[in-house]
Formats: sequence, C-alpha cells, structure tokens
Amino acid sequence: MGQDKLGQLALENGVYETRLTRKFEKRRLFERQDPRIIKAVIPGVVAEIHVRKGQTVGQGEVLLTLEAMKMLNRIAAPASGTVKSLRVKTGEKVSKGQVLVELE
Amino acid sequence: MTFMQRLIDFFGKKSSKAKGGGDQAISKQKAGGKMTARERIAALLDDGSFHEYDLFVEHNCQDFGMHEKELAADGVITGSGTIGGRPVCIYAQDFTVAGGSLGFMHARKITKVMDHAMKMGVPIIGINDSGGARIQEGVNSLAGYGEIFYRNTLASGIVPQISVILGPCAGGAVYSPALTDFVFVVDKISKMFITGPEVVKTVLGEEISMEELGGARVQVETAGNAHFFARSEHECFEQIRKLVSYLPDSNRRKAADVEKKEPRPTYKIETLIPGDSKIPFDVRDIVRAIVDDSEFFEVQKQFAPNAIIGFSRIGGETVGIIGNQALVLAGVLDIDASDKIARFIRFCDAFNIPLLTLVDIPGYLPGSDQEHGGVIRHGAKVLYAYSEATVPKITVILRKAYGGGYIAMCSHHLRADFVFAWPTAEIAVMGPEGAANIIFRSEIQGSKNPEETRRQKVKEYTDKFANPYVAASSGYVDAVIAPEETRGYIVHALRLTRDKQESRPARKHGIPPF
Repeated sequence: MGQDKLGQLALENGVYETRLTRKFEKRRLFERQDPRIIKAVIPGVVAEIHVRKGQTVGQGEVLLTLEAMKMLNRIAAPASGTVKSLRVKTGEKVSKGQVLVELE
Repeated sequence: MTFMQRLIDFFGKKSSKAKGGGDQAISKQKAGGKMTARERIAALLDDGSFHEYDLFVEHNCQDFGMHEKELAADGVITGSGTIGGRPVCIYAQDFTVAGGSLGFMHARKITKVMDHAMKMGVPIIGINDSGGARIQEGVNSLAGYGEIFYRNTLASGIVPQISVILGPCAGGAVYSPALTDFVFVVDKISKMFITGPEVVKTVLGEEISMEELGGARVQVETAGNAHFFARSEHECFEQIRKLVSYLPDSNRRKAADVEKKEPRPTYKIETLIPGDSKIPFDVRDIVRAIVDDSEFFEVQKQFAPNAIIGFSRIGGETVGIIGNQALVLAGVLDIDASDKIARFIRFCDAFNIPLLTLVDIPGYLPGSDQEHGGVIRHGAKVLYAYSEATVPKITVILRKAYGGGYIAMCSHHLRADFVFAWPTAEIAVMGPEGAANIIFRSEIQGSKNPEETRRQKVKEYTDKFANPYVAASSGYVDAVIAPEETRGYIVHALRLTRDKQESRPARKHGIPPF
C-alpha cells in the first residue's frame, strides 16, 4: 500500500509529487552481469570440479558439477577463456549467488 | 423400527456427523482464532437459509488403514442458501476433519455444488481451510483437484466465483482460488503458497516465515492473488455480502437495479481537482462525487494502488469503475496496474456490468524491472480487454491523457461508447515537457539561453495542445463538459446504452496476452 508521505517520481514529462509504493521502492535496479564470473544460481554442493586453474576452456565446456535439488547440474563456460581462479572446492556447500569460477 | 425410532435414529446420525472432527479438534480450531466450517456458513448466509447436501457422503479409501476411519461429511460441508435473499451455492472445508484434506469424495461434493451453481445460474462461494491433498488417497486426491480446476474454468464468466481463504491453502490447492473471480483473505488466518517456507529454505536458502511468504497482507499487497483483506472473519463475510449485492446471479442477467440516490453533498466535484496536472489528488473522491450515495466498493485496494477498480451504482445500476490514481506513483500504468485493470474489465464484460473509466494518466512506468518483467505484454492486456468488451463503455478524461496511456484507457479508438472530457483535460501525444524537448530540440540547443527557450516552448506547446479541444476537433471526444455536469452525462449515457448491441467476429476464442 502507498505510504502517506509524498515522494517524487520522475517521468518523461517531469517530476510528479506522489506516494511511492513499497513494491516500487523495493524494486531491483539493473546490474550488468560479468559473463566471466560464474555464480551459483541455486544453493547446493560442489560434486566435482572438471578444470584446473590456468586451463583453457571452450564455450559450453563443463567447469564443475553442482548437486542441487537432487540433480547433478553441469555448470558450463558461457564463453571460451582461461580459468583465472577456482573459488570453491569439491564437497563445498555453496549458497545462491556465490562465485564459483572466474574466467579471463 | 417404528416411525418414531427411525426419526430418532436419523437425528442421532445427523448430529454426530454435524460435529465434524469432534470437540477436541473444534477447540483447537477456535484456539487458532478460527470459526468452524458450519459457523462460517451460518455467519455468511442469511439467517437460517442454509440447506445442506451430501452430509452422509463417505470416503472410499481402502489403503493405509483408512477403511477403519470415518471422516464426518468427508471434511467438507456443501449446500446452498441465500445472501440478501438471493440464492448462492456454497462449500466450506472442515479443518477439524482430517485437516480438511481433500480426498476424492470430498472433491466430488464440491464439484456437485459447482455443477448446481452453473446449471442454476447462481454464484458459487468456496471457503478454503485445508492442509492439502489427502495423501492416503494418492492420485485420486489429485484427480479431485483436477475436477475442481476444470469446473472453475468452465464456470468462469458464467457465474460469479468467490474464494475465501480461512486457513492454509497450499500447493496445488491454491489454483482453484486463482481461477476464481474474487479471493478474500483474513489477517493472520489466511496462508497461500505453492511451496512452503521449509522447501523455500532447503532449496534456496531463504529464511522466510509463513506469514511473510504467503500471509494475507502479502497476498493483497504484493502478489495480488487476493482481492479483499479483512481483519476478522466477520468483517470478511460482510465484504462478501456487499460484493454479492453488486453482482448479477449469472451472465444470463444484469445486476438488479436498486433505488437511485444522489451523491452526498460533501463531495463537491468542481472543487476536487487541482488545476496543475502534476499536483496529486485522490481520484476516489471524484468517484464518490459522481456515484449514487457516494458509495465506492473498492476491489484490490492494496495492490497496484496507482490504479483503482471497484463497484458503485449510478442511477441505481451497478457500474464497474476504473481510474488512474494520481496520488500513487503519479497514476502511471505498470505491470501490476495493467493486470489489475484488465482482469476487472473482463469480469465486468462477462457479467453485463457497464464500465466507467476516469482518466488521468501521465504514461507508463519507466525502468528495467518493468521492461524485463514484461510491461509490454502486461500493458497489452488492457488494450485487449477494453477492445473486446462489448458492455457500455463510458470514459471521462479528467486531466492527463498522454500517448499510449490515452489510447489504452478506453479511448474511442478501443470503442468507448462515449468519451467526455473536462476543460482540464490534456489529451496529447505526450506531455508538454517531453514533447517540447523533442519538437524544439534544435531551437533549444541553439538558443543563447536554452533554459529560457525551453520554458517558452513548453508553454507554447501547453497552450496549443495540452487541452481537450484538439482531440474534440477530431471527434475523439464526444463532449467537453464541466465537472458538475459529469453525473448527468453519465446517467444519460447509461440510459442510452442500456440495450446496446455490439458483436465481435465469431471465433473459438481470442488469444489475449496472458
């Protein structure tokens, strides 16, 4: 629900005095994703790591296997590159959004 | 047995069934601040009007020792009664009996009253209070849900369907309410979600309480799955009775007219609107200044409050009202407001309720969250719903009507029957500031004093185009009217459109941008 206090909303046609909703204030602002930083999209356990630091990988090559929701999810390289760093170990529990691998 | 013995036997059987899950389960239900299923039906319907069916239905499950278990009325009470003297079909799940769990016969009782409602053309009200599927019955329980969902779909647009969430309603069970027209929730009692807090925690690592995940407030404010919020079950029943009073029994009828009343004199329409179109005001006050007895029954008050929808009567006739609310988010259309408006239009169109649209729209809400969330396809629903609606459509442009928002808010182009505009209306391809910046870009940039030139050009544009007369000169506005003439024009337009006939090309069905 709208709060009683008036805020400001800038539209194409200028700034309006108006109530802002909680949902509006909580909206997520756009963040550009770096495709070289691979994050866990789901929490789970690292079942297996298939690459080494410094290894060259091609697009689509499987970097590691993440066990989550009883599935062995293969995490693949979104683009070809070199493994700059491995941020997790086999058997490690990872949370959503945690960085797994960094490519360069 | 003698006749007397048979009667005594019958009353004994009946009262034992009517006890539901027994005293202990009933006190537990009450300790949770909840009424029993029977009390709920009695409180909602007209006094003494409830007629129960299928009290003696029993489950037929043989597995897991269920054949030894007796479940009174199989955990759901079904029947019919009246609200304000008008018949309705009703069912209420009984949480005291096996947690209100849904088995095959339980579902069959529900689908039977749903079939009644559709055949007889009366509203169907479902009171949900259930732990979910009756696991012992396995896939037969799922079949039960499926039969309910199928009927919800068939009944859509035939009879008004009302869902009341008075307890948990989780997993697949939520889809029956979601398919119905109006969902009522009560603070601290209603809980709706597809997957509960425990699963959310295991899978996503999110720590969230049941209330925060799917409580009453979340459902009406954030998710928009529910339409009415009440602080108590009694208040909720009053809301339902009120809603039903505005609706026809089915799509075969029009809502009953009541005696017409003038708006209350406290709402003086000519003083309500600020001259500067950027100053906010509550559009609901304009509604109250127009409608009978200044009574506006708002639907989805907490969700997307940048648009308002609801029911009123004008000249004694039920009307569905839609408006942009400048008070909140400047009255922009966004994803949520579009969904809210579009569904309401379709409800009104299905049930022969004329639409009154009050326009004061600066445009659509900008932002990546909106664009990525699909504001294009959600916004398109409003165009689709208005274009397809054949009920009387009356539009009053109060102030801003810019760009796509002007078209979407029931313009003539989407076949409004009448478009009226106040002298304060600004109907233009975009707002003066935006337009001046584009049209006079080079002049502004080349000027010695760009700010001053910009101001001049905005003023020039405002004087020339930010008014109702340009649109009126093309016939896109039927009449420019003074605010105090509004009610008179609407009453007459409703009289004129009462027997309106309009058809759309024959087809199996359209494909709205769901």
